[in-house]
Formats: sequence, structure tokens, C-alpha cells
Amino acid sequence: MRNVDILIIGGGPAGLAAAVSAYEAGARNILILEREENLGGILKQCIHNGFGLHTFKEELTGPEYAQRYIDKVLEYGIPSQCDTMVINITPDKVVTAVSRGAGLEHFKAKSIILAMGCRERPRGSLATPGWRCSGIYTAGTAQKFTNLKGLMPGRRVLILGSGDIGLIMARRMTFLGAKVLACVELMPFSAGLKRNIVQCLDDYGIPLLLSHTVVDIAGRERLEGVTVAKVDPKTLKPIPGTEEYYECDTLLLSVGLIPENELSTMAGVKISPATNGAEVNENLQTSVDGIFSCGNVLHVHDLVDFVSEESAKAGVNAYKYVQGQLAEDEETLEVVNGFGVSGAVPQHISKKLDEPITIMFRPRGVYKDAKVCIDVGDVQAAEKKSRILTPGEMVTLKFTPEYLRKNANADKITVRVEAQQS
Amino acid sequence: MVDVIIIGGGVVGCAVARELSRYSLNIALLEKTDDISNGQSKANTAIIHGGYDAHPGTQKAKFNVLGNKMYDQICEELDVPHKWNTSLVVSFSPEDHESLEALKRQGIENGVPGLSIIGQDELRKREPNIGSTAYEALLVTNGGIVCPYELTEAFAENAAMNGVNFYREAEVTAIEKEKDGWKVISKAGTFTAKAVVNCAGLYSDVINNMVSEDKITIVPRRGEYYIVDKKFCDAFHASIFQLPTKMGKGILVTPTVDGTILIGPTAEDIDDKTDTRTTPEGLAKVLKFASLTWEHIPARNYITTFSGLRAHCDRNEFVLGEAPDAPMFFNAAGVESPGLTSSPAIAVYLADRITDKLGAKKKDDFNPIRKGIPKFREMTDEERAMAISINPDYAKVVCRCETVTEAEIREAIRRPVGARSVDGIKRRTRAGMGRCQAGFCTPRTLEILCEELHISPLEVTKFGGNSKYLDSYLFEKGDHEDA
Repeated sequence: MRNVDILIIGGGPAGLAAAVSAYEAGARNILILEREENLGGILKQCIHNGFGLHTFKEELTGPEYAQRYIDKVLEYGIPSQCDTMVINITPDKVVTAVSRGAGLEHFKAKSIILAMGCRERPRGSLATPGWRCSGIYTAGTAQKFTNLKGLMPGRRVLILGSGDIGLIMARRMTFLGAKVLACVELMPFSAGLKRNIVQCLDDYGIPLLLSHTVVDIAGRERLEGVTVAKVDPKTLKPIPGTEEYYECDTLLLSVGLIPENELSTMAGVKISPATNGAEVNENLQTSVDGIFSCGNVLHVHDLVDFVSEESAKAGVNAYKYVQGQLAEDEETLEVVNGFGVSGAVPQHISKKLDEPITIMFRPRGVYKDAKVCIDVGDVQAAEKKSRILTPGEMVTLKFTPEYLRKNANADKITVRVEAQQS
Repeated sequence: MVDVIIIGGGVVGCAVARELSRYSLNIALLEKTDDISNGQSKANTAIIHGGYDAHPGTQKAKFNVLGNKMYDQICEELDVPHKWNTSLVVSFSPEDHESLEALKRQGIENGVPGLSIIGQDELRKREPNIGSTAYEALLVTNGGIVCPYELTEAFAENAAMNGVNFYREAEVTAIEKEKDGWKVISKAGTFTAKAVVNCAGLYSDVINNMVSEDKITIVPRRGEYYIVDKKFCDAFHASIFQLPTKMGKGILVTPTVDGTILIGPTAEDIDDKTDTRTTPEGLAKVLKFASLTWEHIPARNYITTFSGLRAHCDRNEFVLGEAPDAPMFFNAAGVESPGLTSSPAIAVYLADRITDKLGAKKKDDFNPIRKGIPKFREMTDEERAMAISINPDYAKVVCRCETVTEAEIREAIRRPVGARSVDGIKRRTRAGMGRCQAGFCTPRTLEILCEELHISPLEVTKFGGNSKYLDSYLFEKGDHEDA
């Protein structure tokens, strides 16, 4: 059994940022466990640019962005163990991991930071009818094949879902010589960043079909084509008679990401049905004492910059916890998702909060000329105006603790949108 | 010349192969596709039926009850997980009481032990999530669950260990009568054999009709299913059937031995024996009827849908034994539900007839024991440490959802009758069967297949044929490998 002060599970952007910030706060007994052979997580395969605008004020590729943090980890001498898969975490923070080098190991941690990232929703979860042929990939799997393995999945591509990875892969596949026929989105709005719609679809003349879905998949062995139909924006059901057949050999799915919380569940961490990630308080501490969560395993982010920012906070707080400096989580207020709000994080805020905190969430729909508000009880505590809100872009809103004093009898904090749905 | 040719590598063909491998015989099994367990046996409801369902006196009733009783021994010898989780046939109205009683009487007549009718309280105590209109149920204590493809693999591996030769991509195109046996022409070559056993599932009519005037017709009957995430493994304990009514035969909700929940199937007669599509109508029907049993099916937690085809025979009965006008040609045709349950008993029945006629002797060195691929996810920490110290590939988890290691994947390929495709690995190890449905593990699984089989990534298939994953290299192959 090895003793570690702060054990970080995952060496992607979240784990790296947490490690760096914990070190900078003063922590020295840190260990990062990473299942792949190299640090960097999913950024390794994100060879497009656009990372780091917030953090470094410059445009980096995914590997470049990751390298900035890897360099810090190396500079500080923070130990990391790659090719190591964590297979169990107990509520009293004993971690079991396996690796080719060290076999099966147990670690006893004073604090754990969960930073395992997320996975892509598969076709099966959509129950799309048709054949179960080859040629259907999640966008991330196709990205791995093209960018890391130098292998081309196919030549005529249709994309289902308009998540950011799907949009990025529309452009990537075009660069690589494939014909991308269309990007098909069930909802009347895209799930991706506006800039990705412009830079990955519009710039290459790839149509974005909103309120459409794939209703049939043809191809006994390899994919031969898909049938796309319009859907009623209210019921999301296909409208008969609107079917159109697209001949293609490849279908890429970008239909959502699911935080990878199997280990969190083993540790007894309470999972939020709204985010599919841990329920955390303002310190990013989960329902299990000393276990923190950050990055895409906590909730799916749109920009890696926000992952880094959030994870840095988890790193500092994990160190405070180890030092016994983190206030006991006594009385908390629940953060309630009001109109237009989905999956606000954190879910709990201490009544004794003394520093401003940021609440993050995704809008449920598209709202124009909207206002985002935070209420403590029935008193409005913060607001921010926005020309447009869409589910593809996270909203962050600062909240200062003074209102908790002003309205000491409040029983909840509500995050809500004021707007007409467009 | 071989002694016996078995046509078809499904659960029946592989069970027959294993039974025959007890004897001093030269046996070849011919499978049409790239893998065993690729037809009916990979896509069914995975139930060990109690035997109350079939009409008394039928082959279906007889072999169901006989087969059911063989499962404990077979699964122990072959290291196949199975569970006696009981079955419940649920009724939704007081008026259906007599139908439940009739079903019970039929079961008793078939020789099914331990049948009883339970009321509301007992039913809800056993199954707290059962639909609010569920009224009472027939409790079938000898109902169980098993993994159909794992059972098929186990039969095949044990048969291969005991000398049976497996030929895949060996579709039989013609069978001709020879002076003292049969000439079987296949895509993997021409064989002559003293005896032929037809275990061709959906194509058992085609094979039978090549040699016999006693024609049969197999109608593909499609069933569509949903699989629900393991998170819901505690939702139901028994396999929940609905009492057949005017509205139809009903749809099951059942746990699987792997911890998921299976919902289905529909029953639709179709024309095409390869049409394993799922349809909007079929999938909607599954949910509509299943919601009687499970009122709040967790829609965001489906991990996949699929369909399977049953080999429904126009005689509505198994066709077993020597064809009347074709000596030494044996049928196991029209084996639909309860075919999986019946398969061990059918195999013994056919092996007895065949070895009798051939005058075959039992071998001294038949080994009935087959060990499955050790599963990392089921090991204790001590066992894991030991496994890794012997084979470090056990430390490399490839499939995160199902915790399948590289060691298991490599072994699935190296085993007798090993995997040749990504789906073959999936069925042997569960890699790719979890909630991400192979999103993460596909690239690595594909690489391991290349390493083990010495093939290029461009040749790797999902399930043989043209089901290839990749179109081309992005760079000249040499450049890529240097990089």
C-alpha cells in the first residue's frame, strides 16, 4: 500500500491542471495515474487549433495545449504513472490500479481528484433502426483513426449530431479528401459552438440540417447509405414523407458525451441525473469526504480552457483538504435549475461561503436577448445579459457570497434564464 | 473421407460436434460465415426455458424438458455461466386465471417440476418493479438464463479440443449421394462423409431439400430487442414473460447473465433469411408491450438494439433424426425456441443415432472439461495480481465499460476456433458490449487482431465479408510505420 496525499485519476487536461495547481499551492506528495501510455488525454488526438484562447491568449492545437501542462508537471517533478488503469476506489480512499510495470497496486490517498473525462454516446443508445453494418463510428473514434493512426475510415461521410467533435471531424474528413454530405441535427439548434459551425461546416459548404434525423441505416456488411427525415421540432418524431436517402460509406456520430463515472460510483459518490457527473459543492468536493471531481467527468465542457480553470480549483481545494484547511461542509443550499437551465454546477453551496464562486450550466434551448439570473431564496443575487444563449455554449456566472448573509433564511439558490424562447 | 460432416456452427451444430467427439470418429464442421455462433445463436433471448410452453407430446416439449435438466452438468463441464433465476408468466387480469392454470397443467404434463401460481403479494415481493396492472403469475422455478454465444463457443472449443475440425467460410453449395455416403461441396472444398448432420438453422430447409424429397420450409421469423445498461441490473430478477393473449404472444423483460436487461422480442415472419434489420415499428412495439411489465423503461439507458431471426419450420416442430429417404443424412432442422434449451438434448439424441449406425466406439481420452477465458472483471485482487504476474497483458484494460483486458482479447483469437473479427472478439470477451458500444476499444481491438493474425488494419472486419472498418492509409504504409 502506497500513501499519497493527493491522488489524481486521469492525466488529461483536468488531471494535469489539478496537479499543477495543487503543486503551486504547496502540495508535494501528488501522484497522477493515467491509463494511456502518455499524458494529455483526448487532447492528443485533437490536432486542430483553437485551444487556449482564454488560458494562454493564443491559439494552440490540442497537443500543444496539453504540452504546456505536461511541461509544468515535468518542471515541478510531479510524479505520474502512465499505462496504469484504476479499477477500484473505496469510500475511504483506497485505490486499486493495475499496470504492466507494477502489477496490481493499492494506494491509500488522503484526497482523490477524479478526472477521468467522458465517453461518446453510441448508436445503440439512440435506437436508430436499420442494419448493424460496419462504417458507423463515433466522431472521436474516427478522429483517433485519422489523427493518431493514420488510417482513413471512409470516403463519403454523413454526420449525425452536431456536437463539437462531429463538426471538427466534418472539416477534418474534408481536408483528408472525403466528401462530407451533411451534418444532421435532431434539435432545431446545434449542440456545438457557433465558431465550429462557421469554421467547420459553413466554410466548406457542408449543410447543417436542423430538425432532421437518421431514420434508417442501409448496408448488410459495410454501410451503403442512410435515410434522413425531417422531425417535428416539438415531438422530435420523424415526419413521414420527408425521407431522403444519402449514399455514403461512413456515418459519424456526435450525439452527446457521457461523463465516465464508473469509478466514482464505486467510491460511493452521488451522481447528478442532470449532468451524469458527481454532485459537488463550491469546492468541487463530492458527496464523499476528500474526493473531488473536475473536468468532463464532472460535467461536459465546451472549452478545455474552462476545464483547466475548474480543475485548478479542485487541485487547490484538495490540497487545502489535506492540510485540514477546508471548512467542514456543514449547512449547504441546494442549487436549483430554474427556467432554461440544465445541469448547473456546483449543486451545493455552503451557507458560510466566503469567496465568490462561478456557477456553470448549459441553456436548455436557444434564447435571444436573454438574461441569466441567480436568486438566493427570492432575492436576485447576480445577473448577466446575453445576446444569445445556446445549449452548445456553457454559461458561467459569478456569484458573490454577500447575498447569503443578506438573505440568511433562504432555502435554495436558483439559476434561471429570463427570455423568450426563439 | 471423414466419418461425419456437421453443417452449421450454431449452438446445435457445435453441441452435436461435442457429443460426437466422445467417439472415435473423424468429424468436420462446416460453417457458412466467418465465425461460429453467427446466426440464431448470437441473437436470441438467452433463456433456459422451463418447458411448460410447448404442447405435450411434441419434440419441442420433450427436448426442452430433457435439455433443461442437462444445463447444470454442461455448464459446469464447459465453464459457462448460467443462473436459475426462475421465470414468471405474468397475467394482467383476473379473467386470465384459467389460462394460467391451463399453462400450469400443460407444464405438469410435460414433466416440468416446481410450477405454482403466485398472487399479487408474492409477485410484488419478488419483483417490486413489475407493472401496476400485473395480477398474478405462473412461477417456473426451473427457468434460467445463459449466454447463448458463450455456450456455443464452449461446445465448439471443447469439440475442437477433442479433435473436431472446424471450417469457416465454408458454405455448402451442393450435396450428392455417393455409394457409401455423401459428397458435400462447400466453398472451403469438397468433402466426402459417411454421415451428414444438418444443423444449418435458417438454412436447414435448403440443406434438407438438397437430399430429401421430404421437403420442409423454414420461415425466418424476426424478433427485435433492446438492451438496457447494467446500471439497471437489479430492476428484475426473474425472466418475466407475459401470458399469451389475443393481443399477441407478449414480450419479455429479462436479466442476462452478464448483468444487462434484455427486452423483446417481436415476432414477424419475413421473406429474407439475412434481414436482421431493426425497424421503427418493431422497436416501438417492443417498448409498447414491455411497458406493461416495466412501466418506466429507462429510455436514456438503452445501450443497443438488435434483431435476431428464428428458424420457424412450416411443420411448427423440430425436425430431428434421419431423413426418411436419405440414409445417413440427419436433420436438426427448424430448431427455433426452445432450441437453445433443447440443444444439449438434441445433440445427445442425434449423436446416439449416428454413432449407432456407424458402429462408433467411445474414445478413452475424451476430455469433457473446457475452461473459459479467465475474466479479469470477475477476479479477486489476489487473482488479478497473479494473472498479471504470469501475463502482463492482464494489466492492460482495453474495453473500459466491461473491463476486458488485452490478455483476454489475445486469448480469444488464439483459442481453438478463435475470433477472426471484431464481433468475434466481442462475443468471446464482451469487449465492446458495454455502454459505449466499442467507441473506445475498437482502435486497439483492431490493432490486436492485426498483430495476432498478421493482417493489415484494412483487412479487419466487423463480422467477415465486406464489413471492413477502414478504407485506406493516409500515408504511404512505410512512412506511417516509421512515424
